[in-house]
Amino acid sequence: MTSTILDRDTVPLSPPSGEDLDRLLLIRHFELTLLRLFGEGRLNGTTHTCLGQEYVPVALRPLLDDDDYVFSNHRGHGHFLARHDEPHGLLAEIMGREGALCAGVGGSQHIYHRRFLSTGVQGESMPVAAGVALSLKRAGDGGLACVHIGDGTWGEGAVYEALNLAALWRLPLLVVVEHNGIAQSTPTTAQMSGTIAARAAAFGAAHHRTDSIDLNLIRLELAEPVRRVREEGRPTVIEFVTRRVGPHSKGDDTRSAEELTRVRAADWYVRYAAAFPEVFAAADEAQRLRMARITDEVAARPPSVWRAAP
Amino acid sequence: MSVRISEGTPNAGTPATGAARTPRMADHLNAALHTLLESDPRVFVLGEDIRDPYGGAFKITKGLSSRFADRVLSTPLSEGTLVGAGAGLALAGEKAIVEIMFSDFVTLAFDQIVNFAAKSTTMYGRPVPVPLIVRCPTGGRRGYGPTHSQSLQKHFVGVPGLSLHELSPFHHAGELLTHLLSLGEPCVLFEDKVLYTERIFRDGVVDDLFRFDLVGGPSGWARVGVPGETRYDCTLIAPGGLTRRALAAMRALLIEDDLLCRLLVPARLYPLDLAPILGDVTGHVCVVEDGTAGGTWGAEVAQALYPRLWSRLTRPIGLVSAADSVIPTAAHLESAVLVGEDTIRLAVREALS
Ligand SMILES: Cc1ncc(C[n+]2csc(CCOP(=O)(O)OP(=O)(O)O)c2C)c(N)n1
Repeated sequence: MTSTILDRDTVPLSPPSGEDLDRLLLIRHFELTLLRLFGEGRLNGTTHTCLGQEYVPVALRPLLDDDDYVFSNHRGHGHFLARHDEPHGLLAEIMGREGALCAGVGGSQHIYHRRFLSTGVQGESMPVAAGVALSLKRAGDGGLACVHIGDGTWGEGAVYEALNLAALWRLPLLVVVEHNGIAQSTPTTAQMSGTIAARAAAFGAAHHRTDSIDLNLIRLELAEPVRRVREEGRPTVIEFVTRRVGPHSKGDDTRSAEELTRVRAADWYVRYAAAFPEVFAAADEAQRLRMARITDEVAARPPSVWRAAP
Repeated sequence: MSVRISEGTPNAGTPATGAARTPRMADHLNAALHTLLESDPRVFVLGEDIRDPYGGAFKITKGLSSRFADRVLSTPLSEGTLVGAGAGLALAGEKAIVEIMFSDFVTLAFDQIVNFAAKSTTMYGRPVPVPLIVRCPTGGRRGYGPTHSQSLQKHFVGVPGLSLHELSPFHHAGELLTHLLSLGEPCVLFEDKVLYTERIFRDGVVDDLFRFDLVGGPSGWARVGVPGETRYDCTLIAPGGLTRRALAAMRALLIEDDLLCRLLVPARLYPLDLAPILGDVTGHVCVVEDGTAGGTWGAEVAQALYPRLWSRLTRPIGLVSAADSVIPTAAHLESAVLVGEDTIRLAVREALS
């Protein structure tokens, strides 16, 4: 992966739209805020931030329709915020405050909002998404089910069962793999034999790998594969070569300083900042302030109430 | 005891002379599924080898795929995924009935049932309907051996958002299925494999000796007893799969030991609704089940009954289960491990002697 990162670093980025930049940066500041709140002892439990991977769901955003389902995992804040501009509700969920998306019951990893659903057991949502895709296929409106998983989650049998079923039944299933080279503390090289491409091929599923961080470029690359998922019921695995810039959860990063330096240098944040310094700085400051306001507002709310408690 | 037994009494479970022969459970359940698919276009049935011409390992789904080809789907050998896909269908507004070929394999779907389907009904802070029935052909006495004969009910007891049910020859399968799909929460439905081959009971008639009625709705209780009797020496509580063995034991206890028993069979095993039958529990109480000893469903029933019956109980509630053992294949070894009519009879006789 080292060479991929270096290759990509030399390709100039295309200018992002203001809306895209805002969304990327909102997610970045949302995640940084969570780590800060944890550091201050103001959050309960744990959380997994998507620092470094924010661009994945933002790139996918215009490729997905309102009626599509998105299944997310433990690292899902970016997936959610790219789909729904509701940072108040998400933060309230994580802080257990009024206005929480799921009354504070689900917390960081268990969100169900409109057609967005996350859960905390790796691989578990793949079969569920296949079932949803079966229903969408029968409805015939071109909807798809998109599932975000990490590279480590390919260790779970559920992924293979579901991929087999989806390919067999030609279900509109889009599997988005965020291949960040690590699962919790274990490098991919120590937990995956073979490749994701070969796995997809084995099931007759399409596979598309991208190592770009350029939103516009990614969308160009993915428009056709995503269209085919919808229109041909062709399960497709999209593999994003990406990097986790932050810790696995709160402060548990066992990677070497050297490795971290390399990963951080390739962060979209650093590269977009360097490529478009003025617009970037302004947007960055605006989203930082927005997030600060949101945090103050949500933190001042009363605790959430679980009205539907059994 | 005021009951008179005539000469040449038919065996337990044989319908009273003159009554029309009732269908076998397999056909009854199959007909219920046909009706359900016909009446509700949102119902899907998923499982391994369930399509025609095979129609499922126990033929419960025969004919369904020929009529409802796009809603009755044979899946790959993937229990976790077929349950997960059922949950996904349910989430998307459909209703799903999934078949585990042998209930033993439901362990492969434990995560989907416990961590996804059941939890999803409440963990998102608001009620999320997940209309899903996991059908589990259950139990031994067919010589299928250790991995194809188990009764795993107890492993699912006490999971928030999950209810457990069992077919019985008394309850109407179609009404039960419709009811379960209306609950909006996943249900595991245990179906005794020997019961499939037996005839169901109708019109309150069990045989020459026993009659039954139903209380508490489609997933409520069947109350089996002798007409006119209200005071019983013993009350047996058992899931539907044990019905024939319990009836045979009751008959022998009455005729040979002069002990009058009644039988209470809940369609819903968990959570248990005791209210409809509390007044019917008289005499010694004995809970019978097919699961292995230790951490049993019966212990759960007993702990729910103790505080309610404390002043009425004359002795501890009896618990009858299979032995703490794998289920052997050879018939003589298998029967030594499983609950038979003799096991029940002996347990009652010993308690009351
Ligand atoms: C079934 C299951 N096993 C273990 C875990 C604990 N766990 C949470 S995240 C994680 C690593 C996942 O790695 P990957 O799929 O690569 O995603 P990433 O964290 O890199 O985004 C593990 C082991 C879990 N949540 N579920």
